[in-house]
Amino acid sequence: MIDFDYTLTTVVLGGALVGLLSGVFGVYAVLRKQSLLGDTISHSALPGIALVFLVLQVKHPLALILGAMVSGWLGTMIISSVSNRTRIKLDTIMAVVLAVFFGLGLALLSLIQKLPTANQAGLTKFLYGNASTMLRQDVYVMAGFSAVALIVVFLLWKEFKLATFDVDFARSLGFPIRALDMILLSLIVVAITIGLQMVGVVLMSAMLVAPAAAARQWTNRMGVMTLISAFFGMLASVSGALLSSTIEKLPTGPSTVCIITLVFVFSILFAPTRGLLWQGLKRRYNHGEIALARILEELYWLAQNHDSLAHYHELRLLQAINHQRIDTYIANLSRQKLVELSGAGGIRLTAAGLERAESAIEETNGSAAKS
Amino acid sequence: MIFEIMLIAGIVAAACSIPGVFLVLRRMSLQSDAISHSVLFGIVISFFIVKNFNSPLLMVGAAAAGVLTVVLSELLFKTKLIKEDASIGLVFPALFSIGVILISKFAGDIHLDTDAVLTGEIALAPFDRFMMGTVDLGPRSAWVMGVVGLINLAFLLCFFKELKLATFDAGLAATLGFRPALLHYGLMIMVSITAVGAFDSVGSILVVALMIAPAATAYMLTDSLVVMVLLSIVSGVISAVVGVLAAFAFDTAIAGTMAVVCGLFFALALLFAPRYGLVSKMFIVRDRKKVFACYTLGVHLLNHEGRPEEERESDVRNIQDHLRWSQKFSRQVVATGIRNGYLQKNEMQLRLTPLGRETVRSLMNRG
Repeated sequence: MIDFDYTLTTVVLGGALVGLLSGVFGVYAVLRKQSLLGDTISHSALPGIALVFLVLQVKHPLALILGAMVSGWLGTMIISSVSNRTRIKLDTIMAVVLAVFFGLGLALLSLIQKLPTANQAGLTKFLYGNASTMLRQDVYVMAGFSAVALIVVFLLWKEFKLATFDVDFARSLGFPIRALDMILLSLIVVAITIGLQMVGVVLMSAMLVAPAAAARQWTNRMGVMTLISAFFGMLASVSGALLSSTIEKLPTGPSTVCIITLVFVFSILFAPTRGLLWQGLKRRYNHGEIALARILEELYWLAQNHDSLAHYHELRLLQAINHQRIDTYIANLSRQKLVELSGAGGIRLTAAGLERAESAIEETNGSAAKS
Repeated sequence: MIFEIMLIAGIVAAACSIPGVFLVLRRMSLQSDAISHSVLFGIVISFFIVKNFNSPLLMVGAAAAGVLTVVLSELLFKTKLIKEDASIGLVFPALFSIGVILISKFAGDIHLDTDAVLTGEIALAPFDRFMMGTVDLGPRSAWVMGVVGLINLAFLLCFFKELKLATFDAGLAATLGFRPALLHYGLMIMVSITAVGAFDSVGSILVVALMIAPAATAYMLTDSLVVMVLLSIVSGVISAVVGVLAAFAFDTAIAGTMAVVCGLFFALALLFAPRYGLVSKMFIVRDRKKVFACYTLGVHLLNHEGRPEEERESDVRNIQDHLRWSQKFSRQVVATGIRNGYLQKNEMQLRLTPLGRETVRSLMNRG
């Protein structure tokens, strides 16, 4: 039984906040095809954290998060202005910003490690995340930022939705698209920087992408998707945090990412209607339906040649013409009372079978005429 | 020792910049990020199998992990359940996480610590010697990366034509039977082995800087593929060497500083590249504006040439009112026109020179 002491409650609360926020804003990142932007933002937040500590010599979470936000935001601005104004493509400038900012962060961290004050310990937790070093103070700061971000997204829900799905329509209605994009991007930066201490710079992007990508499989509605994504995010990040603070030598970020990846894999396999398993079953069912219709049609044409429905046709004839698994199909048809079997290897349509065959032929002709 | 570190850094940078060029041109730069992360997974798993850090099998395993990332991302994307960007963003963090967890759980057994994964240990590289019997042939990582670089170079030279065509016109390459898909995987293998080779020295993320930034710098400077490859090697090597020097000067982490210098070089190219740089683009735009204004003035003068209102319309003092230009701008335009020999100025009167008249006429006919 887990004992909910001070540390553990802190970890759970922090994890819940991180999961909630990255779940909600991941929805936008995924739907707007900006999944990899999260990777860039989180990496480029590192020099901000290091610089704040180096210059101000403080470790207050508010200062560090603000530093992370400023440098993450700066990286984002460089990306958008360079990709808009020069011949450098989006992917190139993203990779450059990611790696160069991260390199700067590591260089600054190495400077910090040489400082005489012993206070520097613990900054490396931002690399892989460390839930167990979280304090109440951190949780309060995270809660403050999360509240603001969630309120903004609640107030601008409709606008963000429209700007995500139909930019042109939104623009024609007079919504300030550029401003909305900027606000949303800044909120994504907030969501990422909130999670850095817990999940770490290196893996934060997965926390943004995976819950939303998993949630997408369960629904086609954005509101529902956001709720599911927030739930998945919280699930993964709370359980990841708990695991890593109870099991020795298990870093928080990687274990959280493993859990959310499992959630994602489960979703793409088993989610109803979109899931791969569902798709496979559906395809098989459709194949079966088509095969049944084909057999009825063939029996219909055979009956046409004999002027009489009562005539039994050779079952072997059908078997010779086509179809794998023909026996299963015929058993199925006779169970539905669409065909009758004579027992001596004969088969004929029933009245209901005739009707079904005619409607099937009509359908085929109809769609042929249409195309 | 600093010389040997510079040597290793230079070799690493040169080897990285060759695949980098094609990643940049094919708009796949972020694949280097994905691959360099998953390489860790490959290294750890193959270490558990062969139990030896110097085995070349590690390289094979790691390269396989790199290719696995690409294949898995493509498979995910092909389900049509998620978009391409998300499919890349899902696979590599998962593999990287497994790698990190394995390292930290079995840290005692593996000589890898999770920080070195990110920063590399180029400062320690010169201590790891390549010995032939008792003869010291230099640092081992210089040899490893040299071999990787040669493989890259060989791949580039053997398939230069194919790579070029598949990069710039994949459709035509496919029609001609060049198998772009095969080249694509060849390139991905090249990126993977380069990332593995560079892993010891610069870690798993900064290799992205060494691959992409020099290539992007070169892309700002040229339109020719050959020149771009050469420039990217040169700028990669210079930034690596400068990076090592700077790291020693400021006493910072070497790999991180190298990445920063790569970034600075790129920023310089971005601003001051002769044709595509932001500054020269600004000048070109301003220049073009003035030249266009010159033509406008020419058309205006030609329109009124020989008409009764010519004297009034051609008066320098009236130009700015008639064409709605600021005083300063119209003065600049007139000066440009005179300097280029399109205009003559007598007292306050402007006249087209024969050259100016002809230029304006041909411009008007062209439209």
